[in-house]
Amino acid sequence: MTPPRDVAVVAFAHSERDGSADGASEPEMLLPVLREALRQAGLAPGEADFTCSGSSDYLAGRPFSFTLTLDSVGAWPPIAESHVETDGAWALYEAWVKILTGRADTALVYAHGKPTAGDPADVLTRQLDPYYLAPLWPDPRALAALQARALIDAGHLEEPPAAEAHAVLPLRAGDFPAPVDGAAAVVLAAGDTARRMCERPAWIRGIDHRIEPQAPGLRDLTDSPSTRLAAERAGAFRAPVDTAELHAPCTAQETVLRRALRLDGTVTVNPSGGALAADPVMVTGLVRLGEAAARIHRGDSDRALAHATSGPCLQHNLVAVLEAVPEGETR
Amino acid sequence: MPEILTAPLTVSFPFTRSLGPVQSAFLTGLRERTVLGVRTTDGRVLVPPVEYDPVTAGEIRDLAEVAPTGTVTTWAWNPAPRDKQPLRTPFAWVLVRLDGADTALLHVLDAPGPHAVRTGMRVRIRWAPERTGAITDIGCFEPYEDEPGEDETAAGKAGAGEDRAREAGHRPAAPHDGVFDAPVTGIVTPARLDYTYTPGRAMSRHLAALAEHRITGERCPSCRKVHVPPRGVCPTCGVPTTEQTEVGPHGTVTTFCVVNIKAKGAGIDVPYVYAHIALDGADLALHARIGGIPYDEVRMGMRVAPVWTGDARHPDHFRPTGEPDAAYDTYKELL
Ligand SMILES: [Zn+2]
Repeated sequence: MTPPRDVAVVAFAHSERDGSADGASEPEMLLPVLREALRQAGLAPGEADFTCSGSSDYLAGRPFSFTLTLDSVGAWPPIAESHVETDGAWALYEAWVKILTGRADTALVYAHGKPTAGDPADVLTRQLDPYYLAPLWPDPRALAALQARALIDAGHLEEPPAAEAHAVLPLRAGDFPAPVDGAAAVVLAAGDTARRMCERPAWIRGIDHRIEPQAPGLRDLTDSPSTRLAAERAGAFRAPVDTAELHAPCTAQETVLRRALRLDGTVTVNPSGGALAADPVMVTGLVRLGEAAARIHRGDSDRALAHATSGPCLQHNLVAVLEAVPEGETR
Repeated sequence: MPEILTAPLTVSFPFTRSLGPVQSAFLTGLRERTVLGVRTTDGRVLVPPVEYDPVTAGEIRDLAEVAPTGTVTTWAWNPAPRDKQPLRTPFAWVLVRLDGADTALLHVLDAPGPHAVRTGMRVRIRWAPERTGAITDIGCFEPYEDEPGEDETAAGKAGAGEDRAREAGHRPAAPHDGVFDAPVTGIVTPARLDYTYTPGRAMSRHLAALAEHRITGERCPSCRKVHVPPRGVCPTCGVPTTEQTEVGPHGTVTTFCVVNIKAKGAGIDVPYVYAHIALDGADLALHARIGGIPYDEVRMGMRVAPVWTGDARHPDHFRPTGEPDAAYDTYKELL
């Protein structure tokens, strides 16, 4: 086994949260974001040892839509590149492993999503079990509302006021973020390269991701054992965190995550506004990692937790722990 | 800046899946108005059933029949049903634990309003009139009053499936061989997704010019190459391209192939030639059909020009101009 290396997030950029791509193609939407992240890290296009992206063809309605975005990264002469068909947080995980194993010293990670091209309520039903769930077209809000009712019944959440208009009872329209178009980019670097690129790198102390069964009836919707296990494996419970960026695409799900992650009043949760402030689908999780890192860069945090999710009702969860101090140094 | 183009885009496909033995028995059972679960290694009955044990990942094959009645474990009121969802009128999404089962099934409940739905309520399957061996063979659930004398409240309690079913006055899951005549071996789920496609800013500029029979590219400020069609970014340098420049209309065939297989629905007779064409002033070859010359006379270096027909946004094909062929050195970088 390769000896462990210190790997840090050294740069983070994301698009404006104004809602739509304003006529831009995905490469056009991504370009200013990539340039900003590379500028922060002092890298030229194509210079990173590894490039990894996250997105979903179903959102754009085009097969291999991610290949077009390679135009924006300076992919000639050929670069070492990979893609995950999910949130960019999982692209960051792949890039982190690549650097840990000594196959790269620097990595550019990005994510893009144009949910306004289609109707996410329809599109996201296609990620469900094709035998028993997808033929019923249960949209993400319906599934989140089933989870919210289970939380109310278990006493973890208050019954909403009867007079309010509901998107899907018990949840109101305001319990969900509006899906927006967006892009984000992060640069990872190892050891001294990271120190050279960033005054206060956000060292990745651990990342893990865990998944639960896809049948909602097989799961306890009032809990998130996958989040808890990922957090344990990422080392989140070894010492208190001061900041947590949570990817909860519905208010009720934040309740589940706070309990699973044992976050108390001392932790600043979602100082960025979280997923509720803006939900660029397939980008939102990577933004949580980026926002947590940026807080360390700015000196506002010493130890932060970042969480990303995928699938219905928090099915698949990733937890990362970032610190101002790398593994090898004493705090 | 010209207007950003948009167009409706529909992705529609029959999602076709084969079934494992457990799924086949379950879906065939629904066709025959029989609900089957599968027993796990630790003795629980899963409905809907799966092929592999969720805990041990081992193959599980012991089927058991459960009742068409059950208990709502959680629910959500959907005031605005969407097109493809099972009911046209407002309904409740429900997870239902059928009597004899230990896990809950996702489906819909036909009820007059949210006031008529609660966790722990008793429901039963309303079968679809026409059944094919699919989850939609369950048309929906409907409220159901247990026979007098049964203790309705007991149904809401959590516990082992058999205990709860006994409390509610129902038989526990009974072993079933899963054998039916004409078992279903696959499902086809029609899927249709509607999008509004936009080609982006650079491509919109390019297409607007094409509509005026002008072919435009965009120059990279860094390497000075002209990309046609433009994508708003230089793929080599990773920088935005903004300087528009008109290219062609004449160009050079850099390489080509002879197409001998007719594409479905194409109105062009085979054989024909499809070629890479470097338009004068462009640093990237585009591709198009060559017409106005027998297919076996097309050659590398041949000079061509676009032919526009009707009010089409694109040239229909390129034809020979009659100019002398270009020297190989002039286009070797554009192959
Ligand atoms: Zn260039």
